[in-house]
Amino acid sequence: MWPLAKYVLENYLPRASSATGQVVVYLIFALAGAGILLGFASAFAGVSSFVERRVAARMMSRVGPNRVGPQGLLQFMADGLKLVLKEDLIPVGANRLLFRIAPYFVFAGMFGTFVALPFSARLVAANLDVGILYILSITALVVVGIILGGWSSNSKWSLFGGLRSAAQIISYEIPAGLAVLVVVLHAGGLSTQRIIEAQGGMPWNWFIFYSPFSLIAFPVYFTAALAEGNRTPFDLPEAESELVAGYSTEYSGFRFVVFFFAEWANLWIMSAIAVLCFFGGWRIPFVSVAATYSTWYLILLGLAIFCFKTLTLVLVVIQLRWTLPRLRVDQMMSMCWKYLIPIAFVCILGTMTWIVFVGQDTMPGTAARFVLFAAGAAIAVRQIVRTWFNYRADRATYTKLTGQPLWYPPYRLP
Amino acid sequence: MSRYFKNISNSVLSILEGMTVTLSWMFRRPYTVQWPDKIEKSIEDTLPERYRGLLEVETSLCIGCMACMKECPIECIAVSIERDAVTKERRITQFDIDASKCMVCGLCVEACPTGGLRHTTQFAAADGDIRNLVLRYIEKGSPVAPHAPKGPAPVVRPRGSIVAAKIKNGFSARSAGQAAEKP
Repeated sequence: MWPLAKYVLENYLPRASSATGQVVVYLIFALAGAGILLGFASAFAGVSSFVERRVAARMMSRVGPNRVGPQGLLQFMADGLKLVLKEDLIPVGANRLLFRIAPYFVFAGMFGTFVALPFSARLVAANLDVGILYILSITALVVVGIILGGWSSNSKWSLFGGLRSAAQIISYEIPAGLAVLVVVLHAGGLSTQRIIEAQGGMPWNWFIFYSPFSLIAFPVYFTAALAEGNRTPFDLPEAESELVAGYSTEYSGFRFVVFFFAEWANLWIMSAIAVLCFFGGWRIPFVSVAATYSTWYLILLGLAIFCFKTLTLVLVVIQLRWTLPRLRVDQMMSMCWKYLIPIAFVCILGTMTWIVFVGQDTMPGTAARFVLFAAGAAIAVRQIVRTWFNYRADRATYTKLTGQPLWYPPYRLP
Repeated sequence: MSRYFKNISNSVLSILEGMTVTLSWMFRRPYTVQWPDKIEKSIEDTLPERYRGLLEVETSLCIGCMACMKECPIECIAVSIERDAVTKERRITQFDIDASKCMVCGLCVEACPTGGLRHTTQFAAADGDIRNLVLRYIEKGSPVAPHAPKGPAPVVRPRGSIVAAKIKNGFSARSAGQAAEKP
């Protein structure tokens, strides 16, 4: 956004180059960028909530929302409208000021990450030098909001939920940060664009296949990101069987929407960080970084590639939610401190050793990349084969019992 | 130490395997069929004979004994009887069943000596105003003579047709306009 503003200033608005004029132009561009990102985040949060409900329905052999709009696509608007029209209740004995501002802390923590999240070459709000560090640190603001919301509600469920969430997010920031550090070691830079540029377009040039340690670092990061986003199997702060709805128990109306908006926008954020760190970001196969930067349709192609990878990961996250049962508090903590953090440290030390002794672009380093890519592809093929096996195992019985074919494409309504 | 690595490999393998199971469900036909517009046959026709749905009264069979009203544990049935001033005959002037209160226990049906009060397979009674859920089987101002067992055999309408007509024409039509008065 800044280079664009500078470009417009120099070429189209030479008269506005006084100090005040520059500030005004930069301010306009900042607000426009924020507006675009906010629109994207809201649209993504809404549509992903719909997709999640439909996917969940199909996995439970149900149908899912299908009444509002085509295929029920506008269900999120109906839900949002309903929630906005609800009364904004503040419980008796609640700290009114903190209760009111808590959702905005959560929102700011989530939305702040979009500043440094790239969408394609040049398509980034601000290409910060310390982008990935900034993303990791601003998500810590979410904890403040959650604790404020939990404490100020004057409800034991909220307080428990808030404290659980705080403990969980702070613990899991350590393995997430360490796993990202593995990528930073490979890339040699903290800027998000720098990390993407250091990777290649083809899958074996992605950072996940750079060394066996980064292949391990990805699941570590992914698990930690799930836990940071309060997603199942780590949604203890919102465990409805024990805590009603955790820190958002006492919220209603628009503030409740803000909490949930932040939660679903976080789906994109965690997947986008995983894609840019481990899966090559917007890099296009056989196209150099310089070429991508200079051609507009390559920038759009990069955007499409980035969105495709991210949405695939979003679907995996959604699927995980409906696959795994919720962990217990002690299990969650022991998983973080006994498993993820030691593994993340081993990954960092291993990566350092790997870079020193094997190297990244040497002959053995390249060979290792191909071998690791083959391993990753083998896991993917195994998943597909096992899915087919599970599907086929019930096919004959279903047809025999109901007289209908079992096959049903995921997008079709019954 | 071997237990530590066993835990890791177990969790990774079980997560991967679990994801293949859930993914395979994305391609299967859902068992759930949506009611009411996606099913082939109306569900009221497929329910069993002894299903306890909304209550209906065949007024031509009712003898006005009020046994159902006395039996009802939550007093959702209201029957009133008056004597005609001229002919001195008993007339049933009111037979209301509050479908919003009724818990379909079936005690009234067991108490009914003639089988005029019966359960149907109708169940879809919903309305914007709860007062519209009072099923009035005798219209105001048109009292009905009680069934005389020794008289000619009365016309008995098919089971479910009375309440079905009430649901179809009554509820939505009345809820759109005036609110019904209390029973």
